[in-house]
Amino acid sequence: MKKNALEYLEESAMRFGDKVAFADAEESCTFGELQDRAERIGTALAAWFPVRKPVPVFMEKSVETIGVFMGALYAGAFYVLVDTKHPAARIRQILDVLQSDVIVTSEKYLKDLQKLDFTGKILMAEELARSEKDEALLARIREQALDVDPLYGNFTSGSTGVPKCVVVGHRSLLDFIDCFTEIFGITDQDVLGNQAPWDFDVSVKDIYSGLKTGATVQIIPKQYFSFPMKLLDFLEERQVTTLIWAVSALCIVSTLNGFDYRVPGKIRRVLFSGEMMPVKHLNIWRSYLPDAMFVNLYGPTEITCNCTWYLVDREYEPGDVLPMGKAFPNEKVFLLDEEDHLIDASQPDVRGELCVSGSALALDYYRNPEQTRKAFVQNPLNDCYLEKIYRTGDLAYYNKEGNLCFSSRKDFQIKHMGHRIELGEIDTAMEKIPEVRRSCTIFDAEAQKIVCFYEGEIERRPLAKALGGLLPSFMVPNAFRQMEAMPLNKNGKIDRKALMDYYIS
Amino acid sequence: METLLEILEDIQPDADYQTCTTLIDDGILDSFAILSIVSELQDEFGIKITPADLTPENFNSADALWQMVCRLKG
Repeated sequence: MKKNALEYLEESAMRFGDKVAFADAEESCTFGELQDRAERIGTALAAWFPVRKPVPVFMEKSVETIGVFMGALYAGAFYVLVDTKHPAARIRQILDVLQSDVIVTSEKYLKDLQKLDFTGKILMAEELARSEKDEALLARIREQALDVDPLYGNFTSGSTGVPKCVVVGHRSLLDFIDCFTEIFGITDQDVLGNQAPWDFDVSVKDIYSGLKTGATVQIIPKQYFSFPMKLLDFLEERQVTTLIWAVSALCIVSTLNGFDYRVPGKIRRVLFSGEMMPVKHLNIWRSYLPDAMFVNLYGPTEITCNCTWYLVDREYEPGDVLPMGKAFPNEKVFLLDEEDHLIDASQPDVRGELCVSGSALALDYYRNPEQTRKAFVQNPLNDCYLEKIYRTGDLAYYNKEGNLCFSSRKDFQIKHMGHRIELGEIDTAMEKIPEVRRSCTIFDAEAQKIVCFYEGEIERRPLAKALGGLLPSFMVPNAFRQMEAMPLNKNGKIDRKALMDYYIS
Repeated sequence: METLLEILEDIQPDADYQTCTTLIDDGILDSFAILSIVSELQDEFGIKITPADLTPENFNSADALWQMVCRLKG
């Protein structure tokens, strides 16, 4: 039985030592080289990081970065990718949560790092990779490791204004990736075209499906998603067979008429997740790739990638709901009503909160017991033994065929441009701007626009600029409306519905 | 050109479109911004932007974008 994600790498290095494991626009490395590099980096990192502590990696997806990720694991620690493009204020929040005064980066990102006034120790990936490996040390670290140790952390928007770090353990990943690669038949003959940035858990499926099966991961530069000709040339030239992409990325290709230019010939599988796939776009993809498998995947980061899947097995018309489908093996996915009673498939169309239990559950939110207690709770249906479940906050129902379908959110979390955003985090940032008296942010799902209403003497442009210094660009509202006074409901709270009506009219 | 600048300001307010010539090279406009710009320009100016028009050179500055719009308007 495997108990450490590094065993995937080590087995593939034995079987496919000289095969390319990861490649980006500039360079590539084989499974053998990756293991060697990771062991060197791991030896060096062990001097700086105690086991089970986070290694902040201030880099972008690349061949070099996968070496640092695996190196962090050899050191017995876990990795957290920090987006180099985030504003300094948010990166400081992230480093506060991680409580780390050591950060790993490389030459390319040094300029961005200098903007942060980071006063701790900076380790350079290039130098780490030149260290001598200490096999005895690495063996000692591995011997004390447990399968419930943390593997990676991903930051996600927090409604209180502080981003939360979801920590996933080795056991959860092994449990998921074994099922995932088997169900979809991914083998060493495949080439995975990695779209997702590596601080998104969509990328976990690319990284570990590749490491487990011996498939090559082709890392697509982020910029190519602005320029479909480059993207489609890349997919064709690198002979990509499998796309495990965010819905928003698939829609870029169909919206920009990419297939008018070229249809990559090797694509056999298209697996998508992150938000509801618009059927119009799905149909464009299917018409150009009629023989490919299309799968709708669902799940939040807190349950390790995905907990349900649906193989698109018939035609859908625009306006139809594409089901989320059924649970992956070894995961219990169920609906609870407002009184915590079970809703089962014999009650179609009844809405309830989607809950998940099983090994796939994340460990917690790092150093955030309060938020952890709210979301990771005892199964209310079980009063006999400890059974942790994750309450997703997503409302769902069963259709007539017994497939789960997404309905809406219980709270003010939204999905915008592939990102999961708590509207409360935007309002908290607004409060930090001195001229703003109060604000309320809503989401126009139809037009995909974040709209911020505010009271205060500040114009739209300086306001947007100030917010850009506090929030990642995808969280900065698309429209601002200055108000004399906010509409209030009878409880004295800001009336969101009235704001929405006002905005639409 | 005024209309174009307004469209750009609405989509990504945090940039200086009068002077910046590295909107793509410096990652100021990401893929979602490009997507919005393309659909707004198509609607506003009644043009069709094809994959061949989508190059970093055409999107690096407001000036280059405006030249592309004028060319496509014919």
